[in-house]
Amino acid sequence: FLICVAIRANYPLYIRSVPTQGELKFHYTVHTSLDVVEEKISGVGKALADQRELYLGLLYPTEDYKVYGYVTNSKVKFVIVVDSSNTSLRDNEIRSMFRKLHNSFTDVMCNPFYNPGDPIQSKAFDSIVSTMMVQAC
Amino acid sequence: MESLTLSDVEQKYYSELFLFCDVDNTKKVASNGKVLDLFRAAQLSNEVVHQITELCGATRLGHFGRSQFYIALKLIALAQSGLPLRVESLNSVRDLPLPRFVMGKNEQEMRHVVMFADTENQGPYLPRPPGRVQAKKVSAHEMIQPCVPTVDPQPDTTSPVVSPNQSPPTSPHAWRKHKRQASGGNVDRQPSVPGVVWPPFREAQPGPVTGDGMWSAHSPPPVQESWVSFTDTPPSCTLPMHPPSAQPESTTVRTVPSAMTTNEIQRQTSGYDDPWKITDEQRQYYINQFKTIQADLTGLIPGSAAKEFFTKSKLPILELSHIWELSDFDKDGALTLDEFCAAFHLVVARKNGYDLPEKLPESLMPKLIDLDDSAGVPEPDPEVGFSASPVEVTPNKSPSMPSLNQNWPELNQSNEQWETFSERSSSSQTLTQFDSNIAPADPDTAIVHPVPIRMTPSKIHMQEMELKRTGSDHTHPTSPLMAKPPELSEETKLAAAIKFPGTTVGDGYSSSDSFTSDQEPISSAVNRQRSHSGTSPEGLKVVAPPPPPPRPNASHSRSSSLDMNRNFAAVPAGPQQPGVVAFPPAVPPRPLPTQTSVPHGHRSVEGDGLPAITSTSPQQMPEQPNFADFSQFQVFAVDQPADDGEKPSDSGQVERCAETTGTMRTAKNDVQAEERNATTVNSAKVSTPLAPPPKPVRRRLKSEDELRPDVEDLPQKSTVIATVLATQPSIPRSIGKDKKAIQASIRRNKETNTVLARLNSELQQQLKDLLEERISLEVQLEQLRPFSHL
Repeated sequence: FLICVAIRANYPLYIRSVPTQGELKFHYTVHTSLDVVEEKISGVGKALADQRELYLGLLYPTEDYKVYGYVTNSKVKFVIVVDSSNTSLRDNEIRSMFRKLHNSFTDVMCNPFYNPGDPIQSKAFDSIVSTMMVQAC
Repeated sequence: MESLTLSDVEQKYYSELFLFCDVDNTKKVASNGKVLDLFRAAQLSNEVVHQITELCGATRLGHFGRSQFYIALKLIALAQSGLPLRVESLNSVRDLPLPRFVMGKNEQEMRHVVMFADTENQGPYLPRPPGRVQAKKVSAHEMIQPCVPTVDPQPDTTSPVVSPNQSPPTSPHAWRKHKRQASGGNVDRQPSVPGVVWPPFREAQPGPVTGDGMWSAHSPPPVQESWVSFTDTPPSCTLPMHPPSAQPESTTVRTVPSAMTTNEIQRQTSGYDDPWKITDEQRQYYINQFKTIQADLTGLIPGSAAKEFFTKSKLPILELSHIWELSDFDKDGALTLDEFCAAFHLVVARKNGYDLPEKLPESLMPKLIDLDDSAGVPEPDPEVGFSASPVEVTPNKSPSMPSLNQNWPELNQSNEQWETFSERSSSSQTLTQFDSNIAPADPDTAIVHPVPIRMTPSKIHMQEMELKRTGSDHTHPTSPLMAKPPELSEETKLAAAIKFPGTTVGDGYSSSDSFTSDQEPISSAVNRQRSHSGTSPEGLKVVAPPPPPPRPNASHSRSSSLDMNRNFAAVPAGPQQPGVVAFPPAVPPRPLPTQTSVPHGHRSVEGDGLPAITSTSPQQMPEQPNFADFSQFQVFAVDQPADDGEKPSDSGQVERCAETTGTMRTAKNDVQAEERNATTVNSAKVSTPLAPPPKPVRRRLKSEDELRPDVEDLPQKSTVIATVLATQPSIPRSIGKDKKAIQASIRRNKETNTVLARLNSELQQQLKDLLEERISLEVQLEQLRPFSHL
């Protein structure tokens, strides 16, 4: 199970999850993780763009899933929630996923027809996310 | 206002039309503009249209509601049948033919055409019972031509008329009437034209059966026309009637209720690529438009300007966004001319009802390589993903590249672009491989064996190289691939030679490398060469082979090498020296210094050396080409300016060789002058093809000057060895690409190692001997001193 979210100013620009059931739970998880992300990025002296952060702390006893966060220079946050049941993705993989997300997001931003703050409807972005998720699951 | 009873068919038909007019998708109100256009397309006089509008209550309401619309349609049907417009007659008239519209919708046009084409039709607009209507899934709102069904229902292949290629489903947004013009002129049709247009269609009908080609030819221009009306949308272009070749396609009327605003054109995409091709006219138009935004055709249109421009097309932002994504190839937020044309074309297509492709069609891909530029200097990155055929090689902006690479082969423009592509790739590869190639060059310098050097700077050569590479095995040392165009500068050749020693296999790259990376490698190579050659025969030994004089011609070189062999063979000569000198370029020098340095006592050493040398010579035999160089150098060193006629070769090499030979000579001069001469003569013969006349002479002089003072070879030897060894570390860098090349280089390195080891041992021996001599001399001196004191 995998879910990817792009969040800007605390509301999601894009949410995508592979198994579409139980999505609401993921939404909730993402939302709560935002707090943690905020906390991290407000850390003084930290590099502006945390490449990634691992939220192992959010593992619940019953449902184990990991939440990863990533922040861009423009305070756009990406969150990936992975279910721990599938082969745990390595840190590198997560990083690469974030990198891809970031690249795609940049491409979307480059589009003059895209107004920052709009939900992301770019097909290219969708396709990249899809391939990524398929790959990960 | 008036209750209206519609037959089923009528109901369906009308609802289709309503939906068609319902641009805003309100499901309630048909936009006035559309409706009016529709009515006008009904070929009724304006007055009648007004009347109808009034009658149906639209004027009262101010808009066309569904019922008004239906009423209006019915009235139109009435009018078209010639019946007086009466409200009462709305319900009374039975069997009223469906209203006919001459809409400009392309489809409609085609349908018209189809109808025309259909001989069975009694008339274009025979509103046959819509029963014929086939529910085909195609943008249906155009079912304006109910009559179309009259056409024998045939399996709908493509949209009605349109030849398989483009069946632009009438885009809800644009009523385009492209007047069928063979010339495809850009004329804005006025709405009133429809009537006028009709006849031309008719005429066009018989004529234009030119088939698809024409279709595609025409549609773009018409599209262009309609495009002209981009900003102000006088929607009166009709796509040229599709030539009847459209075959009695089926009944175009697709009463698919789904018709709707979004044209889901599911036409077959057999000729799908064609629609995306930009004709010259279109391109010219696009270019003109580009100029209005950005005067410089090679410049970029910033995103904001492009956004404004394309927003005028009134396409939904989402679609524009998609178009942007497709067309901004390098994802830089700006549009180049090519990108702009692609975007423009996509917008035009979209306005005509084509669906946007998922990925950019090949014909719209921006040319990565500017075909105008000569293949000479491939641009470093830009478009490139191309060069990134190794794909991942290039960094970030390469998302487009991989896709580009995939599509590249399919590209229509192939040939030219293909070549450029290959050049590009080669160039990029050269860029990347340059270093790796340089490395091998070094080992080669150290290697005695003549290393086949490929110097194929030009594209042609590159291709040759490619061919040869694929076909050849890396075993043949003399790469005939040294097909260097004679016009190449000598320096270039030298550099190339330096660069590609021995890279027979991976040379596709190397050639390109040489091509692009001339400057740097050349200079560096040259420097290296100089350092090596500047010293002693050992240095020569090591250095000489490396940049075999750029063989202008592979075959030529080979032949020359053969000649050399023959020559050398012919000079088996008493003094082994010549033989020594001839065969193993590296080896011969060694005995010389030995001889000179120890002129008196150590012939034995020499004798030892020589056999050893000769033993090595067979190994080095294969490296004939280097021999040639070597001898050539010797020749020069020996004042044989007569080598004029020789092929221009690396002057640098010549220099080096000259120098080394000079050293050799000096070493030998004491004893084997005549031998040397003989040798040089031979080598002169051999080297004829190689040396550029003036340079060798100069070099020779210089080398001679340099070398004269150096009588003692030992220090030179040591320096040479030092330099050789110094270069060794760089040798390990080998071409990673080709396994064979690696193995070859490994082999060469091993050979070099053995040679050097032997050299080392011999030098050690010499050193010992010299030391002994010195000691003896000192002792003698000591003994004599007391006497001198006297």
